[in-house]
Amino acid sequence: MRVLPPGLYAGQANKVIERSALVTRRHWVIVLSGLLEPVFYLLAIQVGFGVLVGTVIGPAGEPIPYEQFVAPALLGAAAMNGAIFETTYPIYFKLRFNKLYDAMLATPLGPYDVAIGEIGWATVRGSFYSLGFVAVMAAMGVLPSTWALLMVPVAALIAFAFASVGMALATYIQSPTQFDYISLVAIPLFLFSTTFYPLSVYPAELQWAVQLSPLYHGIELLRQCAHGVFDWAMFGHVAVLVGLAAVGVIATSRRIGAMLLR
Amino acid sequence: MTEGGVSQPLVSGKALVKRFGDFEAVRGIDIEVNQGEAFGFLGPNGAGKSSTMRMIACVSPRSDGDLRVLGMDPDIDGPRIRARIGVCPQQDNLDTELTVRENLQVYGRFFGLSRAQVREKAVELMEFAQLSDRANAEVESLSGGMKRRLTIARSLVNDPELLLLDEPTTGLDPQARHLLWDRLFRLKQRGVTLIITTHYMDEAEQLCDRLVVMDGGRIVAEGSPSALISRYSSREVLELRFAPGEQAGHEAKVEGLAERVEVLPDRLLLYTANGEAALEQVTARGVRPVSSLVRRSTLEDVFLRLTGRTLVD
Repeated sequence: MRVLPPGLYAGQANKVIERSALVTRRHWVIVLSGLLEPVFYLLAIQVGFGVLVGTVIGPAGEPIPYEQFVAPALLGAAAMNGAIFETTYPIYFKLRFNKLYDAMLATPLGPYDVAIGEIGWATVRGSFYSLGFVAVMAAMGVLPSTWALLMVPVAALIAFAFASVGMALATYIQSPTQFDYISLVAIPLFLFSTTFYPLSVYPAELQWAVQLSPLYHGIELLRQCAHGVFDWAMFGHVAVLVGLAAVGVIATSRRIGAMLLR
Repeated sequence: MTEGGVSQPLVSGKALVKRFGDFEAVRGIDIEVNQGEAFGFLGPNGAGKSSTMRMIACVSPRSDGDLRVLGMDPDIDGPRIRARIGVCPQQDNLDTELTVRENLQVYGRFFGLSRAQVREKAVELMEFAQLSDRANAEVESLSGGMKRRLTIARSLVNDPELLLLDEPTTGLDPQARHLLWDRLFRLKQRGVTLIITTHYMDEAEQLCDRLVVMDGGRIVAEGSPSALISRYSSREVLELRFAPGEQAGHEAKVEGLAERVEVLPDRLLLYTANGEAALEQVTARGVRPVSSLVRRSTLEDVFLRLTGRTLVD
């Protein structure tokens, strides 16, 4: 392997985002409908589980209402799912059928512009949904503190991390049936990343496995922000997500370069 | 042109090689394209034309040899070169999620043009491509010829000094081809340097000042279309058509009547300075073809001479 040759990033990733924004502008109804998803989630939790479960131990070590425990986690899960959804099938289509990236690479844009632009757009869109989610939480009265607004940038980081990994994986997909493999990973992440119950529920010898999940780190961050509980462990959680994002961006750019700049 | 050092070639390649694994698509070619020239790569599918084009377009690193485009090395200055060239790929890769106008504007933005510049440029290019009335149409609703014109228009968005066209008219009907040729001719008159790959000899003869014939990854001949024809073919060609399979039997009978005879599946080609005279002699020898035709030599004949094969089959 040769060393990264110069000229793989032209600093024009924003133009790729601009294109996506232009395309999305025509489908704004679909974008708005995406805001309904958190409303459904939160209603289901508040009406059902909240009554059955009562309280759980929160990040500060005190009991909190169940909906306040689970709402930040659902925000994290929605950010992850949205990012994966946004970067897998659409990217596969643009890469294999539309030849969009071939056209982009014939301009001064390089593979890093394509990767950062597409992942960046998935993050922008995810952040927009997160903002809606937090607004709905506030309207439903499940926002524990004003610190909870910090959940928006955290959710953006989660979206960025999973979008970059999603796009990297999308470059390997050769037929639509292979998308099932991605679901095979995403669903357990969604269910077992302390989304619905705290880490302490798991037997001690299984807790490390849960902590391998990047979503776990995202959810912990969100929960701590929601309740305004800050500690040094948060740096570790951020580092996991930033690391994942970096790996995803580099892997995506290399794959696009290897596939299209042959 | 370069001998006096008057102008530097826009593209120069020396011993240029492109390998894909064990397969050598381009096997050490030398090329030089000068300012304002329309340069062609003529050859059958798989001759290495597109691989060469992709190397010049800085989207495919060379495996060996030397390459300079606009005086720069694609391995080092890829983005800077791409900023100054236009590329029309073999297969249209228009943005199907955008309209005709948006395709041009968004592409212009990739080259760093301002919003005001791309708005203006899109209007000008739609005019050039005769697509003004389809400005807000979806790309999918366009005909093949229109898509091709839009792809060419898009490749002009940065006012390129060098335009690369990979089989610009393959798959188009004759009318669409002539319209396209007309547009390319206008570009040439404006001083845009063109590099064209084609497997149509009429296209090469129409558009190219100079061309190389490629076969199996190598350059087998080089020159202007007329020079190639006079060097490798006769002035005229007499075609004698027979029922398939019968042509070979007549080969011996026409011996000596032409400088050279080619045997194709359904006909004999007699290369001679005077086709009509040859036809009289053929008839005098009692050969009765199903039909006969006297025509001028084309690049197709040059190719047949050089490779023993026809270009389009």
